[in-house]
Amino acid sequence: MSVAARTEPDPRADAARLTVVPQKRYGIWVGTIFALLLAAMIFRAFASNPAFAWGTAVDYLLHPSIMRGLGNTLVLTVLIMVAAIIIGTIVAVMRVSPSPVLRAFASAYVWFFRGVPALIQLIFWFNLSLLVREVSLTLPFVGTLASVKTNDFMTPFFSAVVALSLCEAGYMAEIIRAGIKSVPSGQAEAASALGMPYRMILKRITLPQAMRFVVPPTGNEAINLLKMTSLVTFIAVDDLFYSAQSIYARTFETIPLLIVVAFWYLAVVSIMSVGQHFLERYFGRSDKRTESITMQVLRNAFGMRRGGAAA
Amino acid sequence: MNQARHDNRVRFGVPDDSMVFARGVRKSYGHLEVLKGVDLDVPVGSVACIIGPSGSGKSTFLRCINHLEKLSGGILLVDGEFIGYDLRGDRLYEVKDDLLCSRRAEIGMLFQSFNLFSNMTVLENLIEAPTQVRRVPVQQAKAEAEVLLARVGLLDKIDRYPRELSGGQQQRVAIARAMAMKPKVLLFDEPTSALDPELVGEVLHVMRDLAESGMTMVVVTHEVAFAREIGDQLIFMDEGVIVERGVPREMIADPQSPRTREFLSRVL
Repeated sequence: MSVAARTEPDPRADAARLTVVPQKRYGIWVGTIFALLLAAMIFRAFASNPAFAWGTAVDYLLHPSIMRGLGNTLVLTVLIMVAAIIIGTIVAVMRVSPSPVLRAFASAYVWFFRGVPALIQLIFWFNLSLLVREVSLTLPFVGTLASVKTNDFMTPFFSAVVALSLCEAGYMAEIIRAGIKSVPSGQAEAASALGMPYRMILKRITLPQAMRFVVPPTGNEAINLLKMTSLVTFIAVDDLFYSAQSIYARTFETIPLLIVVAFWYLAVVSIMSVGQHFLERYFGRSDKRTESITMQVLRNAFGMRRGGAAA
Repeated sequence: MNQARHDNRVRFGVPDDSMVFARGVRKSYGHLEVLKGVDLDVPVGSVACIIGPSGSGKSTFLRCINHLEKLSGGILLVDGEFIGYDLRGDRLYEVKDDLLCSRRAEIGMLFQSFNLFSNMTVLENLIEAPTQVRRVPVQQAKAEAEVLLARVGLLDKIDRYPRELSGGQQQRVAIARAMAMKPKVLLFDEPTSALDPELVGEVLHVMRDLAESGMTMVVVTHEVAFAREIGDQLIFMDEGVIVERGVPREMIADPQSPRTREFLSRVL
């Protein structure tokens, strides 16, 4: 054994020579190939089957009655969502109120409007005139001031707004209540100690902080609602789906028109997702963030995980 | 001096220089009695430190002072006035929320967990209550906020959000926020208990500064050294009663009650 021949160990130089051999992930490769094959088959089925009649679908894409239907669907969604957020906030504040009567009332609201299927509520409101012939404003000792026949104001469009708003408000109330509950109790306590009254604390401290937890599920609700408005077809409101239906009822081009409908729903949902993202960013601004806006939009759009692009 | 304050002083024998005056304060939650008759006098411009094991009722007592907790019995006056009640004859009428809030606004409170409003920047935290509760013009509130932030050494953090600050910095901002309401008295509920040891000093430094400037303070704390240095009186509470009280230096050096002695030997 020659001691002189041995050099001193040099771990730093050694470390520079070492290379990392990545783990072999055969499963992922198999899965990838399978997914690509599947995608190709689906694409081929869609592209080659003449029954899809893509040309016809494209022709109808900007058809005036489709456009009018799309407009109505959007107006319905916005009106209902705004009403649902307002009613939902009121119900949620009642649910966390110190009064047991208000809490019980709010719970009953949520129980009922979340529990009965939306379609049934919709048809119920549409047929309100069967239950109430006319609505009048009557003051004691003065008499009836105004009276309206139910059928005159319960148009299909209006009953759709009322029914779906009340229904959606049940879901929104739960979302907002969860948001309020997620604000640490110390926040309201510190505000009371500073002399802020209950209403001011709700408006200035609790609700703004709840927004961070409320916005993501509300985005989901809005997307759900957009699609849920297709139920109004049942009471003959000419929304997107109804317009498509009335065309294919005449021409029998069912599949192309369903493609048109699906295309528009997808397009609106995509735009809404982007909007939701910016809202989340706005209400999360008190969180420390280093990521750029563009990265976040990209990451959200492609479903990448943080750091996924670099790896 | 207003009439109610004058009447209270005559009727209950409140000293002229009294900021906090408690007699027989009791508080129960159902069958659990947390405070069993607490008497306390905190003169204007003095610092009272309350120590005691957890569950001794010291935080509850502090929260009774600004009526975050309703008393179950006894009387508690701040600057000669009831906070949550109006006394007429032998009846204590609960006051309306607006009045309660405006009285409470004169009592500052600091919490173990700071409780800065997390949706607001440091500046917004400081001007929120003055502008919303007292209707101080925004420009004036901002100017005052800057003075206070400079005093706690955090003027450079004015546009930061609370979560960007260390615990010690958050507590100093919280002190500035309480001071923005120009309170008559400050209540501290274990202000340094949630802090890393190296951050305790900066908060105690600000508190010392306030005490020296003549602020009346009631401090629930585990910092016995702070109590000895700054406190005008030391109160040891256990199981809902005040076991011993005295001049901090003497009481720490020579506790009379065995319970006090045992507690001090554990925390010193």
